Amino acid sequence: MFGGFDNSYSPMWHNGPKPGAFYNFPATSTSSPKDEKQRDSQPITTGSSVIAFKYDTGVVISADTLISYGKLLRYRNVDRVFKVNDHTIIGVGGEYADFQFIKKYIDQKVTEDYCYDDNLQLKPKSLFNWLTRVLYNKRCRFAPLWIDIVIGGLQDGVPFLGHVDHRGRAYEDAAIATGYGKHLALPLIREKIENQTETLNAERAVELSKSCMEVLFYRDCQSYPQYKIATCDGQGARVDGPINVAQNWEQALNV
Amino acid sequence: MLSIEDFPEYQIPGAKQVRFNPYESNGGSVVAIAGDDYAIIAADTRLSSGYSIHTRHQDKSFKLSEKTVLASTGCWCDTLSLASLIKARMQMYEHLHNKKMSTTAVAQMLSILMYNRRFFPYYVSNVLAGIDENGEGVVYSYDPIGHCERKKYSAGGTAGPLLQPVLDSQVGLKNQVGVERSPIPMERAKAIIRDTLISAAERDIYTGDGVIFNIITKDGIKQERIDLRKD
Amino acid sequence: MEAVKLGSATVGLKGRDYAVVVALKRASSELASYQKKIIPIDDHLGISIAGITADARVLSRYMRQECLNYKYSNDTVYPASRLIMNLGNKMQKCTQRYDRRPFGVGLLVAAYDDQGPHIYEVVPSANYFSVKAMSIGSRSQSARTYLEKHLEKFSQCTKEELIKHGLEALKGTLPNEDLLTSANISIGVVGKGENFHILDDKENQAYVDAIEKRKPGGGPDDDSGAGGSSLPSVPTPADEPGDRDPIAAVAMETH
Repeated sequence: MFGGFDNSYSPMWHNGPKPGAFYNFPATSTSSPKDEKQRDSQPITTGSSVIAFKYDTGVVISADTLISYGKLLRYRNVDRVFKVNDHTIIGVGGEYADFQFIKKYIDQKVTEDYCYDDNLQLKPKSLFNWLTRVLYNKRCRFAPLWIDIVIGGLQDGVPFLGHVDHRGRAYEDAAIATGYGKHLALPLIREKIENQTETLNAERAVELSKSCMEVLFYRDCQSYPQYKIATCDGQGARVDGPINVAQNWEQALNV
Repeated sequence: MLSIEDFPEYQIPGAKQVRFNPYESNGGSVVAIAGDDYAIIAADTRLSSGYSIHTRHQDKSFKLSEKTVLASTGCWCDTLSLASLIKARMQMYEHLHNKKMSTTAVAQMLSILMYNRRFFPYYVSNVLAGIDENGEGVVYSYDPIGHCERKKYSAGGTAGPLLQPVLDSQVGLKNQVGVERSPIPMERAKAIIRDTLISAAERDIYTGDGVIFNIITKDGIKQERIDLRKD
Repeated sequence: MEAVKLGSATVGLKGRDYAVVVALKRASSELASYQKKIIPIDDHLGISIAGITADARVLSRYMRQECLNYKYSNDTVYPASRLIMNLGNKMQKCTQRYDRRPFGVGLLVAAYDDQGPHIYEVVPSANYFSVKAMSIGSRSQSARTYLEKHLEKFSQCTKEELIKHGLEALKGTLPNEDLLTSANISIGVVGKGENFHILDDKENQAYVDAIEKRKPGGGPDDDSGAGGSSLPSVPTPADEPGDRDPIAAVAMETH
């Protein structure tokens, strides 16, 4: 059993606690395997926030059209929200290359559905679960796809909204935001959907989305005044835009 | 494979290679109490990372059968993956043996599934509650690498260390003299769970927003909800 | 093809919300217990078999695995039409190679998914047909005649009525002087809000009793006048010799 054990310097006892120390869990710091491949451990060309929420009959997802390279506004006219099929839309933040990689497979699934020609289409919940499994498996191989992806749509007529991150952490909620949107836009959205005085219809939802994008543009330095809004409801899925933030810097003079 | 860390003289001063950390603590607490013919398992509904709350409505319990419920907190992606693995394995068991998987069998299988990842563990705190073959309420608690222990009550998750002593005192009646040790009625158990989780929400920032109770009896599983503080 | 006709008969039919399979179980000898005829595959799908049981087990294991995999990655049940297409493709390979033999088993698949209830007939030639009602196995012609005669009614039938129709059809396939009992039949049901399950002895008995009671209610007879109402949606495999079924009678003698 110990025949192949030729590194004479390797300690008798490893991975456990050092003498006099407590076990440190997870055991990443005690002794890390050197033979495991090093991969990107942080995203490089990134999309910023995505904001998304449900309204009475559907879902809206919006994101600006910027991909940054560090603090450089590198690509300024790139879509980050997409229509997948008639009842599924997605929005994405994080490493854009990783997203393009995964988008290829999503498109393949849609094409497959079309080729089967049996009136069955990928549903948002299925896509959500599939992405969770894929991203989780990538994480386990220490080669994460560094994306924050929001999946929305109609699941058998009922609005669905879910978020998966690069570890495969997934949850559903009525309002989801990633990046700075989580801090800046989410409170605005939650205020509207939790203290409803009037039903949030498609029109009001798009208005709310626009005002959130405006706030994000003013406060997030890695954002862009141009954005797109994807909506999905009984009428189908569509992406609107590009829309521009009506900039007003006059208030800056008063500061 | 050699990496830059093996050649310190070539390293750029100040530049640090950050290794990807696959784990993340998403918080949450679970409390379970088993009685003579019932088991109650409850978990809070907050899903967070650090100071940021992802959702306030995350049900952390997974109904595995009509007699068994698993509640799991910790690294949420591990929880999700473990839960769907268990569900698939349970269906395989059912096909193979032509019967439903009992709570004790699920408990044992869960231990093995967890230990299978001994060197890349599921970073989760599991509590499994249910009714066993004899109709008795039972709770199993686990550590992240699959140690499994049959109990009558257990607390787990970020507020687990806070809550376990309370259960030891209120349910286990540990180190108390002159107390009558009688079976704990369901209403009492529910009240204890409610009180402990309310207290946990006071002191643990990862616990809050709401609680989902799963009450398991021979007639099936009933869910109940209460609110917790949301700050 | 011949192997299917050696197996005891099984009947499948669907209504608006339910799909039902009913099978006649047979023991290989006085000493043996009854052979299993209905195999649950997943929550939404089960099969009833006629032919070589060993081959059916292989197919059922494959289908179970496919369903589990699909459910694991997509969080939803495998759409029946795609599973059957997948299965058909697998079975076809064996029909084309000289070093393989086809699966010697016919399947009736009962399923309920987004597109409603389904009955599929799968034959050893790897053909599959979506049918409203069908019967395969020994002496199944009389069951088919019964089904054709009552086809119009099925779409309005409740679950109970479907099962009764199924048993009524199955009765025609019984060998002489044999009766339906709770022990020699097997009933599988799937439908709206109801997972696929096999009824137990007590439930079987209730249905057998109900059938026996309403004897005059139009038992199956080989009245060729009813053949005129044969619908195109109940395809008969071209290579099946219609109502001639001589080998089956021989096979039944072992019972």
